[in-house]
Amino acid sequence: MKMVVAIIKPFKLDEVREALSEIGVQGITVTEVKGFGRQKGHTELYRGAEYVVDFLPKIKLEAAIKADQLDLVLEAIEKSAGTGKIGDGKIFVSELEQVIRIRTGESGADAL
Amino acid sequence: MKKLFVLFALMLLCGSSVAAFAEQVASAAAPVPNKGDTAWMLVATILVILMSLPGLALFYGGLVRVKNMLSVLAQVFAIFCLISILWVVYGYSLAFTAGGGMNDFIGGFSKAFLAGVGTDAVVETFSKGVVIPEMLFMVFQLTFAAITVALTVGGFAERIKFSALLVFAALWFTFSYLPMAHMVWFWGGPSAYADPSGFIFGKGALDFAGGTVVHINAAMGALMGAIVLGKRIGYGKEAMAPHSLTMTMIGASLLWVGWFGFNAGSNLEATGTAVLAMVNTVVATAAAAFSWMLAEWLLKGKPSMLGLASGAVAGLVAVTPACGFIGPMGAIVLGLLAGVVCFWGVTGLKKLLGIDDSLDVFGIHGVGGILGALGTGVLASPSLGGTGVYDYAAGKVAEYSIIGQVTSQAWGVGVTILWSGVVSFVLFKLIDRVMGLRVPEEAEREGLDTTSHGERAYSL
Repeated sequence: MKMVVAIIKPFKLDEVREALSEIGVQGITVTEVKGFGRQKGHTELYRGAEYVVDFLPKIKLEAAIKADQLDLVLEAIEKSAGTGKIGDGKIFVSELEQVIRIRTGESGADAL
Repeated sequence: MKKLFVLFALMLLCGSSVAAFAEQVASAAAPVPNKGDTAWMLVATILVILMSLPGLALFYGGLVRVKNMLSVLAQVFAIFCLISILWVVYGYSLAFTAGGGMNDFIGGFSKAFLAGVGTDAVVETFSKGVVIPEMLFMVFQLTFAAITVALTVGGFAERIKFSALLVFAALWFTFSYLPMAHMVWFWGGPSAYADPSGFIFGKGALDFAGGTVVHINAAMGALMGAIVLGKRIGYGKEAMAPHSLTMTMIGASLLWVGWFGFNAGSNLEATGTAVLAMVNTVVATAAAAFSWMLAEWLLKGKPSMLGLASGAVAGLVAVTPACGFIGPMGAIVLGLLAGVVCFWGVTGLKKLLGIDDSLDVFGIHGVGGILGALGTGVLASPSLGGTGVYDYAAGKVAEYSIIGQVTSQAWGVGVTILWSGVVSFVLFKLIDRVMGLRVPEEAEREGLDTTSHGERAYSL
């Protein structure tokens, strides 16, 4: 099993969610985060005080998937979250040791 | 017998007609308030209360960080309550009665606890023989005292101890506001114009609604507080952006609307001068909001909502001493200047002074008040569309000298800066010595809402 974590632009969330749904990924977790990579921030001005804001709002999307789905998932996210401009985000893949469904106690691939 | 009866009847007739005549003479001698004037002044009073609650509270509140929102609201609210009581107990008396030997600077206690100020008591307006209920004048002035003290909190927001603030409020009200109000506004009225007046009034300074008494005075209080308390932790390094400019805009809007009571109400009656004050309060404010916005757009790249709101307040401040004395075109000029000059006040000047006047009380109320007070001396001239100065002795508008009037205005500005500056500084030093002014560092870091008031502004 794999844990896929994707940082994407907030307005792309709906597209990514649909794309994942289409290939059979049933559950995801979404968090509102701030971050930056190569995308520049902006300046805010309050009377005489100038603030340079480096952090940009992003969405962090986490999905636990079966190992054999990985290529499909990566392709789906890349296609739906991409705009071609700087700031599209990144995907991080890590090995997932265990998954439990709390209600039933199922574990492993059955719990996905 | 018949002769006696006729004589008696004649005497009765004469007696009653004499009595009636005497009554007529008496009522001609005792002026009675006009219901229109009274109704207007009641409304004006309520409008000025709105300026404090919640106008100023929200204007300031939106500018601080989330963790300090309630502290600002609480400070303004509490100060309003405190000053209301102190005003009726001794404030009104000290400001608006004759003070014997000290009358240049302060009044006496003859009307303490509102002695003699019953529902029938009247005071003159600026028109001879025209009166309003004295209690109404008293409560109208109460709202001015309250908002002036509340204005000062902007200088030391986000770090002052609530208890120290309340002590400061009571003392500053007593030793800075009351003498200033007395010096600038106390006089005998149109029917007793030669009676001893306050020192600044005696110098011929014009201040229609309180450019000196309210704005420069509060600005000095705020500035001295900012100096004595010192900068906020992390000032210049950490982000201290306003948490809700939405609230600030609501506050600024309430301030503008309420200010019509402040300025037009300072006429004390519902006449053409009140209308003039209202018109000036619209156009000067609009002009200032626009000129600040344009200055910011040009110099900083974008026109901000905060700039519009701040510019509007700057215009309101500048037109406050001038509103009943200048013409609308002069008001536009004053407003255009105020927007730009006060923009410099919160940017260039602020950087120069290097003081953490957190909510720019000096930059807007101080600079704007000084500009307005001096500008009044120029723009009140009939040659520039102003009303000129009415000479009660001669019974007509006097010859106008711009230089002469600006000199009188400078007296007002100078005395205010000096008196208020010294008194404020001394009071802050004293209170710091006795009880300490600032909250501890951890409390400041966590925020005043939770540490001083035990509550959160928003549960998200």
